[in-house]
Amino acid sequence: MNFFKRFAQNRGALVGLVILGLVVLLALLAPFLYPDSPWRMVQRPFLAPGEVSGFWLGTDVMGRDVAAGLAHGAWVSLLIGLISTVVALAIGVPLGALAGYFGGKIDDALMRFTEFFQTIPNFALAIVLVAIMEPSTFSIVLAIAIVSWPPVARLVRGEFLSIKHREYVEAARLVGQTHRDIIIKQILPNTLSPVIVLASLMVATAILLESSLSFLGLGDPDTMSWGYMIGAARTVMRQAWWLSVIPGVAILLTVLALNLVGEGLDDALNPQLARAR
Amino acid sequence: MTLLSSVTGRLTAAALSLAVALPAVAQETPQSGGVANVAIQPEPPGLMLPLVQNAPTQRVAGNIFEGLLRYDAELEPMPQLATSWEISDDGLTYTFHLHPDVTWHDGEAFSAADVVFSADVFLRETNPRTRAILDHVASIEAPDDETVVFTLKQPFPAFIQAFEVGTLPIVPKHLYEGTDFYNNPANNHPIGTGPFEFAKWDRGSVIELDKNPDYYEAGKPYLDKIYWHVIPDAASRAAAYENGTLNIMPAGSVENFDIPRLAGMDGSCMTEAGNEYFNPFAMLWLNNREGPTADKRFRQAVMYALDRDFAKNVLWNGLGKVPNGPFSSTLAAHDDDLQPYPYDPDKAEELLDEMGYDGEPVRLLPLPYGETWTRWAEAVRQNLEDVGINIETESSDVAGWNQKVSDWDYDIAFTYLFQYGDPSLGIARTYVSSNIAKGSPWNNVEGYENPEIDKLFAAAAVENDADKRQAMYDQIQQTLHEDVPLAWIMELAQPTIYRCNVHDLITTGIGLNDGFKNAWIEQ
Repeated sequence: MNFFKRFAQNRGALVGLVILGLVVLLALLAPFLYPDSPWRMVQRPFLAPGEVSGFWLGTDVMGRDVAAGLAHGAWVSLLIGLISTVVALAIGVPLGALAGYFGGKIDDALMRFTEFFQTIPNFALAIVLVAIMEPSTFSIVLAIAIVSWPPVARLVRGEFLSIKHREYVEAARLVGQTHRDIIIKQILPNTLSPVIVLASLMVATAILLESSLSFLGLGDPDTMSWGYMIGAARTVMRQAWWLSVIPGVAILLTVLALNLVGEGLDDALNPQLARAR
Repeated sequence: MTLLSSVTGRLTAAALSLAVALPAVAQETPQSGGVANVAIQPEPPGLMLPLVQNAPTQRVAGNIFEGLLRYDAELEPMPQLATSWEISDDGLTYTFHLHPDVTWHDGEAFSAADVVFSADVFLRETNPRTRAILDHVASIEAPDDETVVFTLKQPFPAFIQAFEVGTLPIVPKHLYEGTDFYNNPANNHPIGTGPFEFAKWDRGSVIELDKNPDYYEAGKPYLDKIYWHVIPDAASRAAAYENGTLNIMPAGSVENFDIPRLAGMDGSCMTEAGNEYFNPFAMLWLNNREGPTADKRFRQAVMYALDRDFAKNVLWNGLGKVPNGPFSSTLAAHDDDLQPYPYDPDKAEELLDEMGYDGEPVRLLPLPYGETWTRWAEAVRQNLEDVGINIETESSDVAGWNQKVSDWDYDIAFTYLFQYGDPSLGIARTYVSSNIAKGSPWNNVEGYENPEIDKLFAAAAVENDADKRQAMYDQIQQTLHEDVPLAWIMELAQPTIYRCNVHDLITTGIGLNDGFKNAWIEQ
């Protein structure tokens, strides 16, 4: 209860939670609201929002329902954001934990490896990876995960460095717990709060990355995503601005919501750091 | 598509009103002077047309070089370097009488020896397509400076269609004889006989052509200069046309969706003429060797499932034509009685049921040539999925597309091919089994093998009797129409958008590709 109270003290976080909830709801309901494929050409192309009833967001360059695309795109964006974040955590957390816990040469080796990825610009690396592997949902998730795990590793390593000399850890060592147990049972649970906050922001970044890739035509050609919608509408900006703006606003709101929620989580999980509001 | 009728109506009306505006211009007298500013997209890799065959090269260098003949919109030959010609009754001897006063841009005199050198030596070595045509030729001789005689091994009626500047450009013997053609310094400053001379080329920016003051057709050309502007971004090209920097936008330099806007501007004209010789034909390769596409019923189902009118109206803004079969409608050999496959998803599903299609995924490889082609692939995928075919779209760049199609590593793949005025030049290559070979994306890639078709194409190419030939081509079209070796999706339009004060821009079936000799600007 304490947690939710602290979270709720941040008004922005509440707003973010509500928006995020709506987006998730939209994504979950997409197959029921729009059971047809969002690629289906259903009406005249270039209908403005509301021009024909039943198409409240209009139609795109090929007469596909923009609202259907938005709903199905929400599902794709959230899913890719979540999965790639989970994958990134799965890479970053163990590496950071090992580096922080053992220190010394292992730390050096793992951190040099991490820096190798950190020095390459994220987006450029993601483009190269997707282009090499051929665009598909799998390759996009993998590419996003590969470019976004280094901050996780560094964060976890930092936490481990500060925690590993605490008394309870030393006590655990004294009673003969194995390294594995100490890492997983003693230290890791205490590093979770900052990781959770970071993860919520990573989902937002992942959604942006996926959208940017799709915008450039490197999305999975068989999935309707928000980035794809903007990319396909880019060339017709002068004729139909709303085709770019609608999915653009969707991305903006979702990413904003995730950031607000992340901030709220930060407040709730690190009460001593919470700012006065 | 009733949903689309109003859009279609609008577009057709626009196209009609533009077409009507054209014929009026021919009555005025040409004026000399003025400069043409033309978009060229993409920048050509070189301008030595006899060596480099890319479309943008031909568009620019068609002003510098010339062929013996040009072709009108009905593909009938017109004089160029040859003023007249005779074909013997047995179809074996082609005699060309050359224009007497022609000089090369460097001042040397042009003669029949140049023609013999170009055809017999230069192009046989450098141009595979021309070489294949010249395989029918036993000897090329110049009895005097103004006469060239081609003697054929057997009659080859399509031969008269092969003298266009892109297929048989005439090169200067005095610069190339005995040299390494590919490394000749003249390649950087091409010397031709055409109405315009090469002036300079700022790579990435502009190619400049000057009027040839000594051109052998009195009074021509009318323009003082042609600037070819290299502007890679479509939106910037459109803006350059709008603000008057450019006055001619060849096909491919304007995005389809932008065509109505640019063509509809005040003082802006559009024509689809000049497309008749090449007549690019969009197709779907269907892999005849394996997978569901190996079944004729599946391929027919694809034809029934495709909403080709939708693609034409929505993706190509109503420009182009839905073909009724394998031959494009501008070819003389086209069978007008052939009924096109209608858009009939129910029939398609019926055929799929009949063959027992089990939902096996089918790969679709789009042509990576830009927005329109990507959207087109999406529409085709939706059409096919609507009748229950499971599609997986693959993405690739141009090199990857070339590779996959050349290696037959596809199920369904987009492409488009030129028709070159005659079935034996542009169509047989896609269907005859002797043309099945890995490594080229332009041959019989689908792997269609039908001995009857092979025999008919071979016989029709050398049949001198027009009626007999037509009977064979009709039979070919009917058989192919039934077998659906590949899906014929569109005869692509090649709209040229230009300022209406530019007159006589396109006067042949080769369009902008054979030069601006007749073009003039009303001052």
